[in-house]
Amino acid sequence: MLRIIDRRNDSKNKSAVNRGRFLKRFKNQIRKAVGEAIQRRGITDIDNGEKVGIPPKDISEPHFQHGHGGRRSTVLPGNDRFHSGDEIERPKGGGGGGGAGQASDEGEGMDDFAFTLSREEFLDIFFDDLALPNLVKTQLARVDEFKRVRAGYTQTGVPTNINVIRSLRGAISRRIAVGSPYSKALRALRTELEQIEDEGRGDSEEAAELRRRIEALLARIDKLPYIDTFDLRYNNRIRIPVPSTQAVMFCLMDVSGSMDEPKKQIAKRFFMLLYLFLTRTYERIEIVFIRHHTQAVEVDEENFFHARETGGTVVSSALELMHKIIRERYATSVWNIYGAQASDGDNWENDSPGCRALLGEKIVPLVQYFAYIEIANAEPQNLWREYQKVQDQHPDRFAMQRIRSLPDIYPVFRELFRKKIA
Amino acid sequence: MNGRAAEALPADAEWTFEFIERYDAEIGRVAAHYGLDCYPRQIEIITAEQMMDAYASIGMPVFYHHWSFGKHFLSNERRYRRGQMGLAYEIVINSNPCISYLMEENTTTMQALVIAHAAYGHNSFFKGNYLFRTWTSAEAIIDYLVFARDFIAMCEERHGEHEVERLLDACHALMSVGVDRYKRPPKLSLLKEKERQREREEYLQTQVNELWRTLPPRQQREAAPAEKRFPAEPQENLLYFIEKNAPLLEPWQREVVRIVRKVAQYFYPQRQTQLMNEGWACFWHYTLLNHLYDERLLTDGFMLEFLQSHTNVIAQPGYDHPHYNGINPYALGFAMWMDIRRICEQPTAEDRAWFPDIAGSDWRETMDFAMRNFKDESFVAQYLSPKVMRDFRLFALVDDDNRERLKISSIHDDQGYAELRSTLSDHYNLSKMEPNLQVWNVDQRGDRSLVLRHFQHDRRALHETREEMLRHVASLWGFPVRLEEIDERGQVRQIGEAKVDRRRFPR
Repeated sequence: MLRIIDRRNDSKNKSAVNRGRFLKRFKNQIRKAVGEAIQRRGITDIDNGEKVGIPPKDISEPHFQHGHGGRRSTVLPGNDRFHSGDEIERPKGGGGGGGAGQASDEGEGMDDFAFTLSREEFLDIFFDDLALPNLVKTQLARVDEFKRVRAGYTQTGVPTNINVIRSLRGAISRRIAVGSPYSKALRALRTELEQIEDEGRGDSEEAAELRRRIEALLARIDKLPYIDTFDLRYNNRIRIPVPSTQAVMFCLMDVSGSMDEPKKQIAKRFFMLLYLFLTRTYERIEIVFIRHHTQAVEVDEENFFHARETGGTVVSSALELMHKIIRERYATSVWNIYGAQASDGDNWENDSPGCRALLGEKIVPLVQYFAYIEIANAEPQNLWREYQKVQDQHPDRFAMQRIRSLPDIYPVFRELFRKKIA
Repeated sequence: MNGRAAEALPADAEWTFEFIERYDAEIGRVAAHYGLDCYPRQIEIITAEQMMDAYASIGMPVFYHHWSFGKHFLSNERRYRRGQMGLAYEIVINSNPCISYLMEENTTTMQALVIAHAAYGHNSFFKGNYLFRTWTSAEAIIDYLVFARDFIAMCEERHGEHEVERLLDACHALMSVGVDRYKRPPKLSLLKEKERQREREEYLQTQVNELWRTLPPRQQREAAPAEKRFPAEPQENLLYFIEKNAPLLEPWQREVVRIVRKVAQYFYPQRQTQLMNEGWACFWHYTLLNHLYDERLLTDGFMLEFLQSHTNVIAQPGYDHPHYNGINPYALGFAMWMDIRRICEQPTAEDRAWFPDIAGSDWRETMDFAMRNFKDESFVAQYLSPKVMRDFRLFALVDDDNRERLKISSIHDDQGYAELRSTLSDHYNLSKMEPNLQVWNVDQRGDRSLVLRHFQHDRRALHETREEMLRHVASLWGFPVRLEEIDERGQVRQIGEAKVDRRRFPR
């Protein structure tokens, strides 16, 4: 007896649960790997999967087995030179050669156990660190959004989409069209019959024949289907991408000596999160990197995160540059402008009031949203106090937050996400 | 061979379901002609992705969830995607009906080869070999796995994934010491399992109290003044011992231990007969397809493709070849079965001297007898002929850490055949290759510690993973576990101890 079963269309991801268990179990190691990957990646590169390695020691599955030493004998194939009683050197390092035949020591390679995280899994861990609310997570992880709109009618579709009026209208016209030859013949016959009856020959053979033919024609007309599959019309809906426009994102960062590497990494995640948000909302995004100490320059991403500078800090230089770039390249009628600024809070004392004026009066009115994070443990300084005034001035467009660890980043964007989700 | 006006079977590269049925019918006809006794066949077509799923859950169609299967899936997936690993053309399951998974990517030729190999070769071996007949219940295994999956899922719901995972980790680690080597396990069946499971829980829990009974009735105490050993005899099946006697396990935990133990037991015969089983399947796909070719049912193109795959499967690289990875069970197994047939049909003087019983006998009967009544170890000891040893140019090597150099103890010559054969036979003796570990004693009156004893053989010590292993044992036992080692001179020394801080199974 033979039974053949085609399983190819069965669920493909039987192992998904086991895979999930694995990721959960080694969350710490994976999180570390993801952290390293973020450090390596560009801001715009956040949206991909990642190769991850875990040390083999951590994931071994032990069992009772023999160790080295003792006396063991092995049988090997392919003897090409040996005689009984020959003695040979013990091969070094266990590679190749005779004695290494005991290769069954459960291949404990030194390589890391490597595998690839999918985009979803990668983002999940990224979000986890940032303590994003679930609603925001799904919103960010979502692939492109489409809107379904009506687009006329089609001849195929699912029953729920049948358009009754269109279908019946089609049926009527079909019945008229298909039935018209019969109707024409019918009219002719009836006229003929009336004539005969008028002539008083209503009982004749001829009249009976005509009546029979009329009956037959009526029966044929009756047999035309009331509605045919051919008549059915379905509402057609097509998916079109949600109208999207372009945005520009300004990343401003203080690179004076006091911004060390960990602080820059926090800033990087801050920028990444804003970028992710923007990718969900806008089709085209440009990023402008502005770094500053006492002077501001526009740089590429590589230099933005990795160049080292020293010296004092004049924040207004960056804001002025940003304002200049907006004026020159990004007209507010065409561009949605977002600003993100990261700093450790140091600023030249006399500069801060200027910053407030510049930001509150010139920049914030131009942008959709401006977020400021201060990565510092010390007491807030004058810049913070001045910025607070800006926040009072523009509570819905300006957000600021002091950051000690990663979960503090999200509140900066809370307003932004809330607006979007609502 | 017969007078049929033969029309060749289709040999298009792309297979269809109709082709598979026709090939199966023809192969089945020839198999019946040779007297192969098989379970009914169930052929399932799967994709590469599903094949990797099957790999990850040790080939079983249903299985419970555990992170280690996810790990295997990920590593297979990566190696497959990089092209470092080809997937097996098939997986076959010892069940009734016998399920063979065929990969969708296979060509028509490969599907025919796989049908002959798995659906007839392995199938008849599962049905005939005494180990499979005594240790496994082909009728009930799928039902049992369904039961196991549901039960473990239920435990996860009730007690949390984490807790179940830790328990499974410990059980998996002890799988290799969780098999009975001599006792016959009771039949498995879904209904019975479910019915009896609750009974068993209660019963077991009462039995465990043996260990708690610190105040025996007076007359007994006087009757048994001497320290009584528990267990009375050393036990080899550690998981079984834990299931029945671990004092602190909850009933559901005992059931999980039991499930892992049953699965280990089910796979044990496969490990004991790999050489025979693969060799047998190779012999039959080779014989059956050649028979069809002789009947002119197969085209030359088919045969060339088939022979190319066949040759790859049974290749045996020499010991110094970069691809050498031990003796290929397909190669040696195939060679031995072919050799048995040769000894039966065209015995030489040497064969008559070595195998007086089978030289010149009916090859089908002889092979059938060998298939039914042997396992790898005894099969090699009984049937490995000097000719095969010469063909493989086998030699035995002794690696003794007391000596500076390795010694060639015997080669494929008149003086060496017998020793070579028994050395190779030992290789397939799992109880010699795996550490001999026994449950030695439980300190019933004291700290309830469990003592395991490792019986050294050829001065071979336990691998350093033993520390971790002891922790696993202790987490199941719930009290301290000590490991002793007894060397060949009878000296006993303690080589490890795992203490348990908390008295309950770790939460």
